[in-house]
Amino acid sequence: MIPAQFDYARANTLDEALNLLAQNEDAKILAGGHSLIPAMKLRLMQPPLLIDIGRIKDLSYIDEADGQIRIGAMTTHYQIESSDLLKRMCPLLPECASHIGDMQVRNKGTIGGSLAHSDPAADWPAAALALNAELVAVSKDGERTIKADDFFVDLLTTALNPGEILREIRINKNGSSQAYVKMPHPASGFAIVGVAANLIMNGSNECTSARIGITGVAAKAYRATGVENAMAGSQLNEAAIATAAKHVSDNTDINGDLFASADYRRHLAAVYTRRAIQTAASRV
Amino acid sequence: MKQAISINVNGVDYPGEVEPRMLLVHYLRDVLGLTGTHVGCETSICGACTILIDGQAVKSCTMFAVQADGSNVTTIEGLAANGNLHPVQEGFWECHGLQCGYCTPGMIMTSTQIIDRNPDPSREEIRHGLEGNLCRCTGYQHIVEAVEYAAKKASA
Ligand SMILES: Cc1cc2nc3c(=O)[nH]c(=O)nc-3n(C[C@H](O)[C@H](O)[C@H](O)COP(=O)(O)OP(=O)(O)OC[C@H]3O[C@@H](n4cnc5c(N)ncnc54)[C@H](O)[C@@H]3O)c2cc1C
Ligand code: FES
Ligand code: FES
Repeated sequence: MIPAQFDYARANTLDEALNLLAQNEDAKILAGGHSLIPAMKLRLMQPPLLIDIGRIKDLSYIDEADGQIRIGAMTTHYQIESSDLLKRMCPLLPECASHIGDMQVRNKGTIGGSLAHSDPAADWPAAALALNAELVAVSKDGERTIKADDFFVDLLTTALNPGEILREIRINKNGSSQAYVKMPHPASGFAIVGVAANLIMNGSNECTSARIGITGVAAKAYRATGVENAMAGSQLNEAAIATAAKHVSDNTDINGDLFASADYRRHLAAVYTRRAIQTAASRV
Repeated sequence: MKQAISINVNGVDYPGEVEPRMLLVHYLRDVLGLTGTHVGCETSICGACTILIDGQAVKSCTMFAVQADGSNVTTIEGLAANGNLHPVQEGFWECHGLQCGYCTPGMIMTSTQIIDRNPDPSREEIRHGLEGNLCRCTGYQHIVEAVEYAAKKASA
């Protein structure tokens, strides 16, 4: 399990990392390394140069500014899981973090690395979609903001361009009711199905609008718009939620593998979507 | 190309030169001769290679030695102070928390982090904390009891 040879450069600032990346187009950014290093050990990836951004201090923070929550890309899963600010203002994030891998993985893995990797069974992409997150990418040419809706392009493929680094994740505060539920693969811990539900409710137990992010089910995380449409303006009772949840796999190509066939996953997706919405609705 | 690094392991500075692809666990075992840290799966699953790096429990098979340059590492060899077992080590001894012992260094390092973050963990919290450590022998019950013992002892 020894990776192919590579060169290693530690960037001390974001500018240094961007310069190195601009000069070496096949280089890879090394964040927590908990997706990249396993892939390099299997020689599925053989980058000639790793640019380590792990020591750039100002990429690791959880702040509040202009009505938004702002999270640095190098913030670890554990920092999010244990953040009191997030438990108060955006409980979906710590809840989602607590489901990732195990304690050691959460100590090292980062939210930015997970989003940039876009593993089809990763947890953060579902949360980012449900929360309507904005992802801030920087390159030598400047900065741009990408909506989570536009960020996940395909299997392990995002809207980040060569030379771009994901710098920050932004989430608008809106007092919504949230939940993340997941069926983990018993060996790997990754999601067979993961559902992030984010509901805006009015005083009379009615759902004004819903955003539902799904992971583990298809080649990339996606929004279950069929469920969202069925929930909008609907009463939050058991029957209405169960009916809406059935739309989770509308127009979606479902993964099947040795552990869970496509039919079984479709079934699970509806069950977990129902549970996610019910749990969120119970947390007004 | 080899790179110069310096890692403080169990309070001692070790300067050295490594290929960037050398995993931290191999550096600890094969270069520094600290074989208390075990290699089980090499695939980030079993937790036998768990160490503390700047106070965080990490699987040292999923980190390059170059990443640890300038860091403080604690391995199982560094836990006992002045000939006295660490409370977690004592817990594993008293509660029969091991059989073959292969998983034990990783279990103990992870357990120190659990009680460090939560001085009075419930059984469920201990099990959640140990999710990244596999044991093929004990059935885990005695390990959970060892961590409970250690938590009581550490806060006594
Ligand atoms: C045993 C184990 C269990 C796991 N279980 C789960 C799980 O249950 N759920 C889950 O979601 N994940 C799981 N993971 C994956 C883990 O969450 C990773 O930490 C995460 O997917 C990648 O984050 P990282 O910081 O480790 O990124 P790295 O591995 O360092 O990088 C991943 C990729 O993203 C790129 N990249 C990283 N940061 C940036 C950036 N800021 N800008 C641009 N590109 C960047 C890298 O170049 C690389 O291609 C598991 C991993 C392990 C080893
Ligand atoms: S050897 Fe590192 S997790 Fe198994
Ligand atoms: S005691 Fe044998 S693997 Fe745990």
